[in-house]
Amino acid sequence: MVNVPTEVLNYIWLIPLFPLIGFVTIGLVGLKFFKGKTELVPSIIGCSSVFLSLVMSVLCVLALQRIEPDHEGVRVFTREVFSWIEMGAFRVPFKFQLDALSSVMILVVSGVGFLIHVYSHGYMHKDAGQYRFFSYMNLFTCAMLILVLGGNFLLMFIGWEGVGLCSYLLIGFWFEKDSASNAGKKAFVTNRIGDFGFALGMMLIFTTFGTLDYQTVFAEAPHTLEAGGAIVTLITLFLFIGATGKSAQIPLYVWLPDAMEGPTPTSALIHAATMVTSGVYMVSRCNVLYSMAPISLIVVGAVGAATAFFSATIGMAQYDIKKVLAYSTVSQLGYMFLGCGVASYTAGIFHLMTHAFFKALLFLGAGSVIHGMSGDQDMRNMGSLRHHMKHTWWTFMVAYVAIAGIPPFAGFFSKDEILWKAFTYNSPVLGPMWGKFLWAVGATAALMTAFYMTRLICLTFYGESRVSHEAEHHLHESPGSMIYPLMALAVLSLIGGWVGIPAALGGANHIHHFLAPVLDKAAHGASGAHAAATAGLAYAAEMASHGGGEEHSRGLELLMMAVSVGIAGVGMGVGYYFYIKNPNIPLLIQYELPRLHKTLLNKWYVDEIYNFAVVNGTKQFANLLCWFDAHIIDGIVNGTAFAARALSSGSILFDGGIVDGLVNLVAKIVEVCSGVLRRMQTGYVQNYALVMAIGVFVLLSIYVILR
Amino acid sequence: MTPDILTYYDMGLKWPLLSIITYIPVLGAIVIMLFMRRDATVKWFANIVVLVDFLISLRLVFTPQLKAAFVTGKHVIQFVEKVPWIESLGVQYFFGVDGISILLVLLTTFLGVLAVLSSWSAITERVKEYYVFMLLLQTGMLGVFFSLDFFLFYVFWEIMLVPMYFLIGVWGGPRKLYAAIKFFLYTLAGSVLMLLAILGLYFLNYRATGNLSFEIMNFYNLDIPLDIAKWLFLAFFVGFAIKVPMFPFHTWLPDAHVEAPTAGSVILAGVLLKMGTYGFVRFSLPLFPEATRWFLPYGIALAVIGIVYGALTAMMQPDMKKLVAYSSVSHLGFVMLGVFALNQQGVQGGILQMINHGLSTGALFLVVGLVYERRHTRMIADFGGLSKQMPVYAILFMIVTLSSIGLPGLNGFIGEFTILIGAFKALWMKPVVALRFLPADWAAGMSTLMVLLAASGIVLGAAYMLWLYQRVMFGKLENPKNMDLKDLNLREVMTLIPIVFFCFWIGLYPKPFLKLMDAAVANTVLITNPEAALAEMQQMQTNAAREHKMVLPPGHPPLLPPGHPEIIPPGHPSEQGAAMGHGAEKPGSVHGSMHPPLHPDMSMHPEIPAQALQGSQSHEGE
Repeated sequence: MVNVPTEVLNYIWLIPLFPLIGFVTIGLVGLKFFKGKTELVPSIIGCSSVFLSLVMSVLCVLALQRIEPDHEGVRVFTREVFSWIEMGAFRVPFKFQLDALSSVMILVVSGVGFLIHVYSHGYMHKDAGQYRFFSYMNLFTCAMLILVLGGNFLLMFIGWEGVGLCSYLLIGFWFEKDSASNAGKKAFVTNRIGDFGFALGMMLIFTTFGTLDYQTVFAEAPHTLEAGGAIVTLITLFLFIGATGKSAQIPLYVWLPDAMEGPTPTSALIHAATMVTSGVYMVSRCNVLYSMAPISLIVVGAVGAATAFFSATIGMAQYDIKKVLAYSTVSQLGYMFLGCGVASYTAGIFHLMTHAFFKALLFLGAGSVIHGMSGDQDMRNMGSLRHHMKHTWWTFMVAYVAIAGIPPFAGFFSKDEILWKAFTYNSPVLGPMWGKFLWAVGATAALMTAFYMTRLICLTFYGESRVSHEAEHHLHESPGSMIYPLMALAVLSLIGGWVGIPAALGGANHIHHFLAPVLDKAAHGASGAHAAATAGLAYAAEMASHGGGEEHSRGLELLMMAVSVGIAGVGMGVGYYFYIKNPNIPLLIQYELPRLHKTLLNKWYVDEIYNFAVVNGTKQFANLLCWFDAHIIDGIVNGTAFAARALSSGSILFDGGIVDGLVNLVAKIVEVCSGVLRRMQTGYVQNYALVMAIGVFVLLSIYVILR
Repeated sequence: MTPDILTYYDMGLKWPLLSIITYIPVLGAIVIMLFMRRDATVKWFANIVVLVDFLISLRLVFTPQLKAAFVTGKHVIQFVEKVPWIESLGVQYFFGVDGISILLVLLTTFLGVLAVLSSWSAITERVKEYYVFMLLLQTGMLGVFFSLDFFLFYVFWEIMLVPMYFLIGVWGGPRKLYAAIKFFLYTLAGSVLMLLAILGLYFLNYRATGNLSFEIMNFYNLDIPLDIAKWLFLAFFVGFAIKVPMFPFHTWLPDAHVEAPTAGSVILAGVLLKMGTYGFVRFSLPLFPEATRWFLPYGIALAVIGIVYGALTAMMQPDMKKLVAYSSVSHLGFVMLGVFALNQQGVQGGILQMINHGLSTGALFLVVGLVYERRHTRMIADFGGLSKQMPVYAILFMIVTLSSIGLPGLNGFIGEFTILIGAFKALWMKPVVALRFLPADWAAGMSTLMVLLAASGIVLGAAYMLWLYQRVMFGKLENPKNMDLKDLNLREVMTLIPIVFFCFWIGLYPKPFLKLMDAAVANTVLITNPEAALAEMQQMQTNAAREHKMVLPPGHPPLLPPGHPEIIPPGHPSEQGAAMGHGAEKPGSVHGSMHPPLHPDMSMHPEIPAQALQGSQSHEGE
């Protein structure tokens, strides 16, 4: 191996910084100079920044191998770049951490990311927003690298939401299309629901441990937390809500199929190879916690298996080439979670890596097809394209074989490891049958995977051409910048799995040993839950105890491999039979079982149910609140004002009628009296004499009467 | 613990800086009134006045040599000016600034510049009077934040209402009179109650000490019986809650915002609302710690209702400005939740979120104002597809939107997340929200529900803001009236760029901002909720111990921020010794019976506080 000085690691922050610089440069310069034009410059800046990241990642990973492992055998490098938030005991540094797990991730992200950037040059060369595209893609790469390099949960969360933002921007890249901007919003909001869970998980971690630092949390968890207790179960479940959002699992997977509105390189990079796998990365990163929470593991496994199965059924009935691949991605992500759910994080990450290769290849290949078809994505309008697009065809075939699970292609090894681990898993709560059940679901999904991928291949590249005359005229193979990345990915899809050839096949399973110190901490741990979580191995050994122990177990493993290859073969065969041999059968099924077909075509109506229950429910409730606000609360305020005014009018009446009335009444009385009296004051002496005489007379009369 | 005081001449200044900052705008207003005729001159002059005022206010944090001027690490009231004013009543002219108010002061002078600049072409009638009122408003607001004498505070509090009343009532929209009167009367009703409470405190203080004084710090040491304190707290509460505004006192806000001119909305949202939240932190919490804790369940419930209710009502508003106004109700619910969490993260996050809300909502009102000026409508349905036509506007609007929904890397996230951390610490599975008529077992569940609901605000926030953005900016440009919209000119960009700059700064490196208020917040928490302060201290000890065990890189920051208030649980053996050197008071000694007994567990770890003392002592020397 090359001797890379370990000092390189001190510059680890350059890895996410290069794409960030790319983003800023393309964004600012582009707005001024490249707007509405397509130029080579944004592509060059965009690709080279990711290339620099790739180089730096490789150097750092090599350098990491030269530092001394700690007492647990873990090679880990951390670097605090600066102190980010400091608020009393809440202290979160901007800290990067590189270990085996993040090594795999940065290599995948920057490696596949670079190839997709190159491809994008060809794919986007006619788009007026090309500079915008490259700046978003670079920002995405930066955020994704921060996500996987972060040394604490909050830094992962920056990346986590950062990639969500870029996903939003790129899905809604053609924002003039309503469907695109709707899909972008849907993706962001659905992801936010997941992030809500992630945030709660972080808060619970902080209140429990007083820190969000990975090393501290994972080192202290076995001592601080009760294995299988409520806290660790809640933490892991909350975090898993985040994972279901980002990695498109039931119940939050609905955004991913819609996300296909984005440009195809985006679908390849973000919605297949990297971003959507971050949930798997997160669960694996927290393997110590998950292994302590058997109930959470069951949830993870169940959700993974259910998603793998459920989305595979939908994938069988879609006609949009990208939609099929989208559901396939959801399904494959389900596999990864299935792997995590049987406490086999290594298998999950291994599948993440191989999936990144072949699924990126499938999407880019589909992009190449769409490019050739002048934008048409409906497979019913394709067929027999292999003659027109040779390179796209053969690279696509490599990816197809890889995802179907045929050895020695990459997908076989990783998928098989997951299935094998599931088969031998002994759940501490539900017992060994749980593992068998997961295996059965996974195997059924594998059958469907092989089937729908065969269907896709047949409809697109084989059979009769259904290409319209006009489209056929334009049909062409894609340019070199698109084809070379396809070839590179095809090579990776072939050999990418060889790092994980299981011992049963005489391989060394390098990736397993590479990741084990980080991901199988649980196996080394002393806590009860740890032992229980890995009890699957013990169970396998027990099964083997009838015969030759290890040998028998190996025999079983080989048998299971043969079974999965057989399943894949059956799926492919049925697909071939349905779509090449007897193309009438699918039509017949459609005719005979219209309801099933319609349900699958309409994706089990989940979108409609969500729309009705969640979206409309919220809107109706919000409308109700608006009414309440305007009429009740503001009504009280205005009512108070009205009452005050009424009171004031009342007091005006009272004031004018009663208070002033009394005053006026007194005056009136005085006036009346004085009017009377005034009459008397005539000024004539005779009158006075008369009055006096009357007075004297009256007095005298009274005197006489009373006497 | 009553904070220390440093006068402006103690700090090496010859001039009373705070008064200068406060009165420059009003002097400018007088000059405009007396000497200026031409609108153009008035505009230029007003812009220069607020800009100069902003630059001078920077002197609060930096010396001209760009060294730190503001004392951090200890809760100190700084740049103090204190002279008797009405001696027969004990009224003082007492200005000062500390960690709680410093950022709000800077926000006020900063937003003042942008608000005045944004009025350049929006205001065409009665230009001179407009700028006079804007400048008067500036003085009123600064006075509120600087005043540390209740009488003076009340004077500025009321002064501030008048220019705002005219700004809405004269330069407002179609229903301006309704909105202006509603705003004025509503706020006035609240402040009358507050005045009563102030007078109550004044006489209580007189009865206890025989001194006539309105000085806020004097009231800290009053031993108010809980049943009286409750009423006083309630009176302050109503006054401040109307200003914030907390649910259900919020309905004046949408009306005022919709009718106010853009700059009025910016100031209203950016600064005026913060007077309420500031009032809670500055007065209600330290003055009535026990009553605060008594009211906590209701306060938290109202804050959380505000978050969810504001967000949901915002979602369905057809008017952009009304939408942003309701989003303010939601955001300020977050601030109040943080304040009522009564711990370091909650309160500090709350204050930071006040600043964040000022920046991002201020910017949102500017953004809405920019299209309103062009199209004279604010109805969302009239827009759509503007991105194509106005790319620069689209970018700035997007950044502001993201800042408002709390995307990590931007300012809103730091505030929201730390508030939630604080709330989570205070509420998760803890019987805090014990509504008194419900069985006690429900309390923990209620608290937990509260924090879950509050956290759901981050989802709703994203939903209504992105939907707004989508409806205005995305889609096809279909309305013919929008076809010839012009993108932003340099002046307009300049009103938004500074805000965006600060959004990124606070989001990526909030440390300088947090440092300014660290100690003041810690002290407030210590006064109000000593139990939480002690827990905080212990957690910091644990963290420090952990980091010592790990290998520290060179140049590692000190493990304990110096000057964190020292706490010793009562009955601790080292109490006397510790109190000697540090002037530390044991909680409860000052406020008598006002503090609850500390948790029994805490006094069982006598080493920890002692370490805390040594730790902070040794680091203070660094």
